[in-house]
Amino acid sequence: MIILDRVTKLHGDKVAVDHLSLHIKPGEFFGLLGPNGAGKTTTLRMITALTPPSVGQITINGHPVSRNNTVFKGQIGLVPQHVNLEPELTVEENLRLHGMLYNMKRDEINRRLAELLEFTELTAERHALANTLSGGMKRKVLIARALMHNPSLLLLDEPTVGLDVFSRRRVWDLIKSLNTRGITILLTTHYLEEAEHLCSRIGLLKKGRLIMTGSVEQLRNMVGPVVVEVFARDRTRLYFFRDQAGALDFASGLTEEFTIRQTSLEDVFVKMTGERVENH
Amino acid sequence: MNGILAVLWREYLYFKKRIWSITGSSLVAPLLYLTAFGWGLGRAVNMAGVAYIDFIVPGILALSTMNASFNAVSTPLSIARLYDKTLEEYLVSPITLYSFAAGKILAGALRGMYVGLLLLAVAFVLGANCKLSGLFLLLAFLNCLVFASLGYLVALKIQSHPDMTRFNSFVITPMIFLCGTFFAPEHTPAPLQLLIKALPLTPASQGLRSLALGQELSWYAPALQLLYLVVFIVWGLRASHKVE
Ligand SMILES: Nc1ncnc2c1ncn2[C@@H]1O[C@H](COP(=O)(O)OP(=O)(O)OP(=O)(O)O)[C@@H](O)[C@H]1O
Ligand SMILES: [Mg+2]
Repeated sequence: MIILDRVTKLHGDKVAVDHLSLHIKPGEFFGLLGPNGAGKTTTLRMITALTPPSVGQITINGHPVSRNNTVFKGQIGLVPQHVNLEPELTVEENLRLHGMLYNMKRDEINRRLAELLEFTELTAERHALANTLSGGMKRKVLIARALMHNPSLLLLDEPTVGLDVFSRRRVWDLIKSLNTRGITILLTTHYLEEAEHLCSRIGLLKKGRLIMTGSVEQLRNMVGPVVVEVFARDRTRLYFFRDQAGALDFASGLTEEFTIRQTSLEDVFVKMTGERVENH
Repeated sequence: MNGILAVLWREYLYFKKRIWSITGSSLVAPLLYLTAFGWGLGRAVNMAGVAYIDFIVPGILALSTMNASFNAVSTPLSIARLYDKTLEEYLVSPITLYSFAAGKILAGALRGMYVGLLLLAVAFVLGANCKLSGLFLLLAFLNCLVFASLGYLVALKIQSHPDMTRFNSFVITPMIFLCGTFFAPEHTPAPLQLLIKALPLTPASQGLRSLALGQELSWYAPALQLLYLVVFIVWGLRASHKVE
């Protein structure tokens, strides 16, 4: 279980994360969403002790998070937003090194290595240097690396950026299956259909503040499950309604083109985090 | 302990992959010094009954082990921290910062010893006289540890790559020439002499020279080196706790 208790992170006098309180329960699949600069990466960096909170406390499975606490670190697998493989080591060497850092036995390393290379379809690239891989392949190595030591908590910072559709779906299947096996997952992404497809609970961050949490269903109901999308001359406006009837009633008075549909996570996201928020 | 092994293994892989460029680039400067100052200039010079070449071999050993150990840690670690971000992989992993620092510093010092031993071999082949002993090698290794830990500290402290270049130009390069490597510090004016004797490379060049020429080793040399070693390591560990 991850507990963030009124965590604030300042960079100078700039607030990156603002009084963030969050409980992520064991086995949960939590999606942290928000526009660029909302504080998602900063939050993950604090959870992994890469940077300390300016104010507030984080605990993982009862262990306070700090750089010197090696106990909780062994339980975490991190896929960082930026590729940070050892560029001049091969794929295999990168994964092996990870296994050694996580104190794995040699045969265990060999076994996991084979499994994960096969799973990520990187067996052919096993002996390729990391800096010679394509962007998507590097991401796959990052994911394989994070899984090497069988973490009980997986933190994924935009793990599917740059992956082709097939690889992305494979990764979805993989992390979904990991989650059903009991691994707790915290994911950030800009692909809202990814979050919709995977996450059991979602938190929306805006300028460092958690403005909403809940399941996709709950978030939809909070803003209104039915949306009327109106195509005005220069931009699209969204109007949310409790039910179909209300939406129809509103739409009948419109002169512009419009569509009525079920509210998607993207609509919620745009309404809650966008500057161009429209209300009815 | 596992952490140290993992870090050492990584350093070993890099060393293996780059062995020729590492060997070449760390031997060029010392060989030039040997040639220009030792055999070129040095034929005409005699330092209190000692051939100049025999006088400067320990000095060149001191400066080249300094350079090799410092550079083995400083630039790669600063790149890992500022550009590749590979440092984060270690910070996130369950190894202690002590293992990480120990692994990096030890690997850097071993790299320094590798260069040092190659240099000694060349100097011997070319006919320099230098009394080798266990203590002599120990002192050289101590010098390697001092500058590997300085490299560790500097890599964690600087803000950008140009900072590293500046540190090299303003601290490392002056020491190459100042620290009694090519001359006896006693020949300089008193205030300068005091400064020179306090710099971390001086005890290495002085101590190694005493042993190489079969003279007695004064306690000042290893004591000052150990002092520097402790300061750099403690400071470096503090920096590791704060690095982001
Ligand atoms: N090292 C830093 N120094 C100063 N400001 C920083 C630093 N790291 C992050 N910030 C600031 O903190 C805020 C949050 O950044 P963060 O990287 O957490 O956003 P994010 O939600 O991950 O964005 P993205 O979707 O673009 O990855 C931003 O305003 C950013 O400029
Ligand atoms: Mg981010």
